Amino acid sequence: MNIHEYQGKELLREYSVPTPKGIACFSVDEAVAAAENLGGDMWVVKAQIHAGGRGKGGGVKVAKSIDEVRSLSEEILGMTLITHQTGPEGKEVKRLLIEEGADIKDELYIGLVIDRAKQRVVMMASSEGGMDIEEVAANTPEKIHKVTVDPTQGLSLDDAKTLATNIGIPEGSVNQGAELLVNLYNVFWEKDASLAEINPLIVTGDDRVVALDAKFNFDSNALFRHPDIMEYRDLDEEDPAEIEASEHGLSYISLDGTIGCLVNGAGLAMATMDIIKLYGGEPANFLDVGGGATEEQVTAAFKIMLRNPNIKAILVNIFGGIMRCDVIAEGLVAAAKEINLSVPLIVRLEGTNVEKGKRILAESGLEIESAGTMAEAAEEVVNAAKGGE
Amino acid sequence: MSILIDKNTRVMTQGMTGKTGMFHTKNCIEYALGKDCFVAGVTPGKGGQVYEDIPVFDTVAEAKQQTGANVSVIYVPPPYAAAAIDEAVEADLDLVICITEGVPVKDMVMTRYKMQGKKTLLVGPNCPGVITPDEIKIGIMPGYIHKKGAIGVVSRSGTLTYEVVDQLTKLGLGQSTCVGIGGDPVNGFKHIDVLKKFNEDPLTEAVVMCGEIGGTDEEECARWVKDNMTKPVVGFIAGITAPPGKRMGHAGAIISGGKGTATEKISVMEESGIRVTRNPAEIGALMKKALK
Repeated sequence: MNIHEYQGKELLREYSVPTPKGIACFSVDEAVAAAENLGGDMWVVKAQIHAGGRGKGGGVKVAKSIDEVRSLSEEILGMTLITHQTGPEGKEVKRLLIEEGADIKDELYIGLVIDRAKQRVVMMASSEGGMDIEEVAANTPEKIHKVTVDPTQGLSLDDAKTLATNIGIPEGSVNQGAELLVNLYNVFWEKDASLAEINPLIVTGDDRVVALDAKFNFDSNALFRHPDIMEYRDLDEEDPAEIEASEHGLSYISLDGTIGCLVNGAGLAMATMDIIKLYGGEPANFLDVGGGATEEQVTAAFKIMLRNPNIKAILVNIFGGIMRCDVIAEGLVAAAKEINLSVPLIVRLEGTNVEKGKRILAESGLEIESAGTMAEAAEEVVNAAKGGE
Repeated sequence: MSILIDKNTRVMTQGMTGKTGMFHTKNCIEYALGKDCFVAGVTPGKGGQVYEDIPVFDTVAEAKQQTGANVSVIYVPPPYAAAAIDEAVEADLDLVICITEGVPVKDMVMTRYKMQGKKTLLVGPNCPGVITPDEIKIGIMPGYIHKKGAIGVVSRSGTLTYEVVDQLTKLGLGQSTCVGIGGDPVNGFKHIDVLKKFNEDPLTEAVVMCGEIGGTDEEECARWVKDNMTKPVVGFIAGITAPPGKRMGHAGAIISGGKGTATEKISVMEESGIRVTRNPAEIGALMKKALK
């Protein structure tokens, strides 16, 4: 689960990580009041969306007067921000962060991830802050310093000091910087984060180390023990189809194509998308209905897929193991009848009681095409989708 | 022969008395020699009870001592699954197979840390389990699609494994052992660990390796295959059409920071001499060709 920058900074402050003073706002008037409240003579107006690359997309601007705070807030709030992470359709800005201006002497980078190969938390640090860290890693890998953390000990102050020195934090500030890194690790670990990025971490004109940005991602499997993090969830930032799907125990992701897929199991669901593409079609979604594939779930899945205006045909690919094909077929028929299916439906069933399942589909009176293999199913659905054009 | 489990394996079910544990244990008992293999259940507080003719114990250590079970399978709910693995490791079991989906990654980081230097092997979590056809099935896969034979199968996904096994069986290619290593980012056995075992197993003649987007385990395994594997390997990677930055069902199936793409995995696998198909409907056929 992603959270906003201002929420990430709230968390950081809870763990004594210095951040600029800032106030989250939902309207232009609130933004102006926030700037007056913060005082000073420079402010930063920051669009709050979950995607990265906000600065380049025009969603982060510096204001030198209250009037400018107003005009910039009017400009950014409600704009559709397009960054390399939002996709071409962009994301509407509904929240702002008004922050005091910072005196930036140096920009650094800190990232925390769970390294899958090492099976530990790794802290990455670089002197090259404010840039795309993947580019730094590709072009100047020697500028990225890493520490693998012992999960029983946490990040040691010594390791943190070495990192701080390596990325160019001035000598007099190394202790403060190291303490910041330890606290950052602690919030990552204690809150079950799966990714954290401070880009940039800055050194100010008076040599203080401050987190100027905060990006956090949390392990959704661990949210049950972090109600405080759950509170940060912003449904506006999520695809409504994905939210609705998750309420039915479905794992759904919208894609650009015309062929809806309904599959049991994540690996088979991906393989089904792949084979559609291989036969010249484009999948409209990823949809894993899980091991059960109940009538209720299948009905919900059909409804969600059919709300997509691009959809031209649907492929159902179910490998019935413990769950029998005849039960799945009954669910499919009931669901198709209930929602009055408007596009061609190709069903490929395999597994336990498959013949019985196919018979139920054939005798349903519905126009359901039954396919034998995955390849036949893909071919049929691609043809059906083209025929509908 | 086979790898990891065979008819001499003795199994305890952790989380035996829950709905899922009970249902699948019953299915496993009914498969092949399962009646001899499944000897104990573990549920804290339910020691002394009997389910499906199997005695239930309060602890793993007790179940091991009383029944000689050397392997455990876990259906414990996600918040407690890692602790269940820890208990099995502490009791020095040979192998733990964790079926549970949704275990917090942090819990697995701690558990993997504690497993260092211990003899216990781990398959999973978030996996369908392991089966040696006609002998023993430990997990949730449909037993009847399998056929005894010489093809080893390893995969990160459940139903995709069934699809592959079904293709193999229909082509007359039986399986030595099928291992579902699961879809989580931090887990026990990886592709490379399973392939090492298949390479040493005299009965296994060739291996199907199914991977998916996310992480770099398939690449690491492929490099090992290039230098060490003496048997043909056929591969498939799911998710060539998956968009970056999106979690595709499995917790571990995500392309992040440009790493873990299907294209990259396929290219490393092909460079390592693995025969890779882009068509998931042709994995079995490709294996048949590889054996000629």
